[in-house]
Amino acid sequence: MDLSRLEINRRTALLTSAAIAANVINPMRAFAQETPRKGGVFNVHYGAEQRQLNPSIQASTGVYIIGGKIQENLVDLDASGQPVGVLAESWEATPDGKTVTFKLRKGITWHDGKPFTSEDVAFTAMNMWKKILNYGSTLQLFLTSVDTPDPQTAIFRYERPMPLNLLLRALPDLGYVSAKHLYESGDIRQNPTNLAPVGTGPFKFVKYERGQYIIADRNPDYWRPNAPYLDRIVWKVITDRAAAAAQMEAGELHYSPFSGLTISDMARLGKDKRFVVSTKGNEGNARTNTIEFNFRRKELADIRVRRAIAHAINVPFFIDNFLGDFAKLGTGPIPSTSTDFYPGPNTPQYPYDKAKAIAQLDEAGFKASGGNRFSLKLLPAPWGEDISLWSTFIQQSLSEVGIQVDIVRNDGGGFLKQVYDDHAFDLATGWHQYRNDPAVSTTVWYRSGQPKGAPWTNQWGWEDKTVDKTIDDAATEVDPAKRKALYADFVKEVNTELPVWMPIEQIFVTVITAKARNHSNTPRWGSASWHDLWLSA
Amino acid sequence: MRILSLAGRRLAASIPTLFLILIGVFLLLQLAPGDTVDALMAQMGGGDAATAEALRKFYGLDLSVPAQLGNYLWHLVRLDLGFSSIYGKPVANVILERLPPTILLMTASLSFAFFFGLVFGVIAARGVNRWPDTMISTLGLIFYATPSFWFGLMAIVVFSVYLQWLPPGGFEDIGTVQTGIWRVLDIAAHLVLPTLTLGLIFLAIYLRIMRASMLEVLNLDFVRTARAKGLDETHVITRHVLRNALLPMVTLIGLQAGTMLGGSVVVESVFSLPGLGRLAYESVVQRDLNTLLGIVFVSALLVISVNFVVDLLYARLDPRIAAEG
Repeated sequence: MDLSRLEINRRTALLTSAAIAANVINPMRAFAQETPRKGGVFNVHYGAEQRQLNPSIQASTGVYIIGGKIQENLVDLDASGQPVGVLAESWEATPDGKTVTFKLRKGITWHDGKPFTSEDVAFTAMNMWKKILNYGSTLQLFLTSVDTPDPQTAIFRYERPMPLNLLLRALPDLGYVSAKHLYESGDIRQNPTNLAPVGTGPFKFVKYERGQYIIADRNPDYWRPNAPYLDRIVWKVITDRAAAAAQMEAGELHYSPFSGLTISDMARLGKDKRFVVSTKGNEGNARTNTIEFNFRRKELADIRVRRAIAHAINVPFFIDNFLGDFAKLGTGPIPSTSTDFYPGPNTPQYPYDKAKAIAQLDEAGFKASGGNRFSLKLLPAPWGEDISLWSTFIQQSLSEVGIQVDIVRNDGGGFLKQVYDDHAFDLATGWHQYRNDPAVSTTVWYRSGQPKGAPWTNQWGWEDKTVDKTIDDAATEVDPAKRKALYADFVKEVNTELPVWMPIEQIFVTVITAKARNHSNTPRWGSASWHDLWLSA
Repeated sequence: MRILSLAGRRLAASIPTLFLILIGVFLLLQLAPGDTVDALMAQMGGGDAATAEALRKFYGLDLSVPAQLGNYLWHLVRLDLGFSSIYGKPVANVILERLPPTILLMTASLSFAFFFGLVFGVIAARGVNRWPDTMISTLGLIFYATPSFWFGLMAIVVFSVYLQWLPPGGFEDIGTVQTGIWRVLDIAAHLVLPTLTLGLIFLAIYLRIMRASMLEVLNLDFVRTARAKGLDETHVITRHVLRNALLPMVTLIGLQAGTMLGGSVVVESVFSLPGLGRLAYESVVQRDLNTLLGIVFVSALLVISVNFVVDLLYARLDPRIAAEG
């Protein structure tokens, strides 16, 4: 390992943490009394163009960052992470959990002037969330119908109990409403509105020039009083991270969301007074770094080998030297940012202990011949620099206990196909995205019976009846306290068996101009509507 | 015109090549693991198996590979490039939108590289082994050895971040709507740094080729004759040497028109230009077969037509080629 590089990284990390603290606290205090200023253009870094912009049919940050300003969801999360009504004013569930009634806000119109009603909600729920939306189709699997007794009431009826808490925590991401009158005829996926979205949100779509930019202007008829403040938002397509950092410095960009710059550029800009670099406002987009084990390899089917691999890797060292302030030690599939479900750190953990790792490998009967016990093929996902660094770190750590690791790199499509469909891996490493409730996209990593080819699901060749039962019970448990207890059991069970190890917790990093006000004030701010965002002079 | 029939014959020969290239690229992309639905899943952050199946049907991926290839070629014969899965519109439109920036960038940097390569090559050859030659050759070597992405980023840092003379990226200014001459000037300002970045490496090559070929021609008998005739040095160079020394340069242009299309992926990404190179890269990552094949087709057409022009230029520069055939 290159020592000089480690030194620099450690120093940078320390400096950055000081810089972040200074930047985040001071501006908030100093400008708390300012009067909001109307006007201005907000330029946003858009790193990866999507195929369409409608968040009702695609749940990803790349869509929310644009579509989330134009279309709105039924509920969103407030500053403390609790559900707060947007298009819905109030909600209630029957005690059996099979019926959830939403009361909708009055007097809201679509950007084309047509009124927003419960018909729109019913149409979107049945035809988009249930049929097309990724994760939505799983969440709404048992949704049988949405009744609309009047234009302000939508009644969701479920075949099995739907925990209200789960629904309300999933809907900020999976609850964007589209206009029925624009989608009712023809194939929804091919509808041209997907590339020129029409919503009820604070900004109206203006223009999309593929490969270059997207523009949305202030909606003068927005339902919240005095909002929005900005005149215009421009999303600039910039695929090169270093170039995006230069554009931030040249003043051509105001905001780079979701860790869009390189780790070193984020650390550098964090020391610059013109910018705020922080993980605040991204708590709802937590992720964990993984090591996924393929049980089809006899060595990895042995629990002692999986535990030995975990013990062999010095995670705190890796975080300190490579990720700095942007990551922390993880304790399992439910990250500590999830206040409603985090079971605490007292679940089975695997701290760095090389001697223990070697002992367990010996005990499992995999003796080193010529320094090598066996070889493994490691497939890192291509989504982030941290994964690439992490995979090299795994390789070097395991070589010290006699396991040779060969790293096989793929692009996105290739990685998903090889790991989740062809099962052509021994170890895989990528991100597990936690979406505010374990039932949304976390338990599928462990529940058996996932169809072959479904990405980010249990494709490890591992099955555990106890874990399956805990997952199923929790998914339909209506009592929040009992649900939390069930998920604590779940974390204990999977941390014991270790089909997937999730030892690092990360939150996306925001880089934003110090002139921005009211930014990062909700846990999913990058995806939020920005109705209260303004720029100081 | 013999030369026309010669060039025509070469043009005809390139059509089967074109088809072989397309089939090759098609099959090569089949070897890459994952299809456009996997790529979409990667972009969306996941989805269930039923969604994936519906999407495969939607993109026509439920057909066998030979059937897909057959379909594609049959459409191509009728000059239909198919439908792009990432853009949701005909490939021909997608490519047409992206062609102007690429062609502008390519023409600008080729002309820049050709002109200055020629001038510096001549200067270096005239003063061979003296200080102008040493300086020019060293500079050329530095340009040649510098990776273009680094050069581009440094240019942005110096000219856009510190000096703020030129825009750091993009094709034109989005903040204000411009028309006529102002729009042309705006686009030109946006293209200065990318052109320099892409052109400098080629400049280095051209200047070395020009220098070598000048030196070679300067030693030929007819140059001695020209000098013996009493012509002054400027005349000898412009009338006799330059014309003959240009032949290798022209060959190089033909060869590099293709390289420039590929080489601009880096420059287009660094400067956020909406060109063909970035489109090609995106189509590979997104496994958008139709768009990728469409780009290969259009690039091949561009290269073939540039080479056709080069063939004609040869004849103009050296009449012996047309005469001998």
